[in-house]
Amino acid sequence: MGFKKVSRRRFVGGTAALSSVMVAAPFVRGAYAAGKLSVGFWDHWVPGANGATEKLVKEWAEKEKVEVQIDFITSNGNKLLLTTAAESQAKSGHDILAINTWLPARYAEQLVPVDDLMTQLIKDNGKVNDTVEYLGKINGKWVAVPATVGSQIKGPCSRIDLLKKHANIDIQAMYPAGSPPKADDWNLDLFMKAAEACHKGGNPFGIGLGTTSDNVDSIGAFFHAFGAVLVDAKGEIVLKNDQVRQALDFYKKLMQFLPPDVAAWDDASNNKFLVSGQGAMIMNPPSAWAVAKRDAPKVAEQCWTHGFPVGPKGRFAPFLPYFWSIWNFSKNQSAAKSLLMYLSSASAAEQMTNASGGYDLPSFEKLTTFKVWAEAEPPKGTLYHYPNPYNHQTLSVAAAPAPHKIAEQIYNQGIQTQMAVRYFKGEPLEKTLDWASNEIEGFMRN
Amino acid sequence: MADIAAPNAAVLAGDRRTGLHKLMQRKSTIAFLMALPLILLIGILVLYPACYAIWLAMLNKSMTKFVGLGNFQFLFKRDTFWDVVFQSCLFAITAVIFKAIIGFVVAHFVHNIPSKGQRKWRGMLLVPWVIPPAMSTLAWLWLFDPAYSAFNWILAHFGIGPVPWLGETGWARFSVILVNIWAGAPFFMIMYLAALKSVPEQLYEAAAIDGAAWWQRIWYVTLPMMRNIIAITALFSLIVTFANFDIVRVLTNGGPLTSTQLFGTWGFKLGIESGDIPLGSCVVLFMVPILAVAASVILRDINKRGSEV
Repeated sequence: MGFKKVSRRRFVGGTAALSSVMVAAPFVRGAYAAGKLSVGFWDHWVPGANGATEKLVKEWAEKEKVEVQIDFITSNGNKLLLTTAAESQAKSGHDILAINTWLPARYAEQLVPVDDLMTQLIKDNGKVNDTVEYLGKINGKWVAVPATVGSQIKGPCSRIDLLKKHANIDIQAMYPAGSPPKADDWNLDLFMKAAEACHKGGNPFGIGLGTTSDNVDSIGAFFHAFGAVLVDAKGEIVLKNDQVRQALDFYKKLMQFLPPDVAAWDDASNNKFLVSGQGAMIMNPPSAWAVAKRDAPKVAEQCWTHGFPVGPKGRFAPFLPYFWSIWNFSKNQSAAKSLLMYLSSASAAEQMTNASGGYDLPSFEKLTTFKVWAEAEPPKGTLYHYPNPYNHQTLSVAAAPAPHKIAEQIYNQGIQTQMAVRYFKGEPLEKTLDWASNEIEGFMRN
Repeated sequence: MADIAAPNAAVLAGDRRTGLHKLMQRKSTIAFLMALPLILLIGILVLYPACYAIWLAMLNKSMTKFVGLGNFQFLFKRDTFWDVVFQSCLFAITAVIFKAIIGFVVAHFVHNIPSKGQRKWRGMLLVPWVIPPAMSTLAWLWLFDPAYSAFNWILAHFGIGPVPWLGETGWARFSVILVNIWAGAPFFMIMYLAALKSVPEQLYEAAAIDGAAWWQRIWYVTLPMMRNIIAITALFSLIVTFANFDIVRVLTNGGPLTSTQLFGTWGFKLGIESGDIPLGSCVVLFMVPILAVAASVILRDINKRGSEV
């Protein structure tokens, strides 16, 4: 997949600032700069969403006279992950590669630092949230640029009618389109009551407890809401604490009101559960709503994306950023930086977000109020609160603040969901904690 | 010196030519040369990756230091690893036994169908084996799916509650084994059918004259005549089933908890998904000694019978 482009000319001549925003690291078209760039982007779920990226790259390439080869690589079957691992081993491949959540840390030593780009982007587009910084800034250096494409918040997507009918909750009043949330009452107690009521009414919440990303992200946000940390920032295992016990007790109760097979759910299960009309709430970006719009319009008309319930330590929502990174074996690093700068402008971010129907989220503070989220329908305003426009919730990632190499394993092996399932199935709490402690000790090896 | 050396060189060259000629005429040389492309292919696609995997398995997590067998020692102390060993053995042995039994029974049925219609049945019965497993497993995933399960829909008509096909440890193990049996039994069937066709009819006639019942004909004629093919088929299948990846990956992704993880899926989880390639390589390599023991036992048995004959 991809397209061959523009011109075979090499960079020639003089020095020139690449664009008006390119101050910190001007891309210089020098006599020795190579004229080719190979880019591996994440292949978007949303049909047609790749088009915006393709168009923007083409514009940049024409302007800079660079020959660009684009590959849109699917993450289905871990294709993108395997490509990243293969290129890392071979020290050869794309110049720029889209990598997800934990990979900037995993490959930090092989990535070109992009502090120059990030300094300018933060100046232009506003701060990034702490989660993006935790994932993308390794040992004090930015090693990748947060990408608009693929970045997402996995907040609750609820059925307006079912929450009203079973739990007497008017979710649109709590999260009104066009105004700040009025969700002070939206706390863990109310959430649990709603889960119970919807379960009794035959439309349970669909919150998975498998070991794939959606499941782990959801439990991660709830753990953060309790302040439940398994491993602290210094790498010490601290999971035998009251907050973790409270979080597990909460999940044990919640699981009674979830479908019986949630322990086997993958990332598609919650989407299917909502689209089938059975579920009253799932935790997902708007892709499930988008599928419902196509396949089950009556369901889509009742969907409302909103914030997480607040817990004792705050209101947390899972944020999963994608990053664009430059391999240090790239022969055209200056051109690669120039392209990433171009793709990270506010205008480019808006075009990408529009093409994805609002699914993609820029990571920068000033880029959370695009029209697409206000105008998405049905129902009108369904995605208004999706990008967290009022910073109503803290964007987080499961397993943080543990050091990356430990956190990545906790995340990928679904330690938190496994703990919840074990405890729910009758394992004594202390035994579950011992099991988790033992597993995490195994992640400490260098 | 030159006068003396010249004839010697000619003789040597002649000898060399004759030697080469003789060498090329040897059956073993021709056989080797004909097999050479395959040997090279195996060397590149099997031997090199295998050696590379062994090398990777002896590096530390960040792949910067040689740690010898340290990764294996580490694995032996992990409970999850021993769960995976148990599950892999359970999965492979149960599946191979059932595939062999079903293959044997179905082969007999097909063998007894008149030859005119037999080809159709053989073709149809091979379908599960020839469909790429990742695709057919996706169909099974839909049959087991919690929201749309066709099985549960049928069971509901009989008043039986939804079965958590992939949600409970026992059912999930049952489901992955069932799909493996479904996909693999046709291989046994076709091998056994070929073996059945090679059993001389006279033996059955003699057994019938001696008054042997049907089960005696199977026990005393069919089974002894098929022992080698049964052993070889079981060995092949054991190797392939132990190394299974796609069925578990698509159906359960190793869950619930880690109750359906096999060597292949667990190795992938550790190596690729979690970024610990050396440990992932170790897990996958652990299949080698288990399969080596199984292969040596089965092949020794076959050799023993061969020398008895």
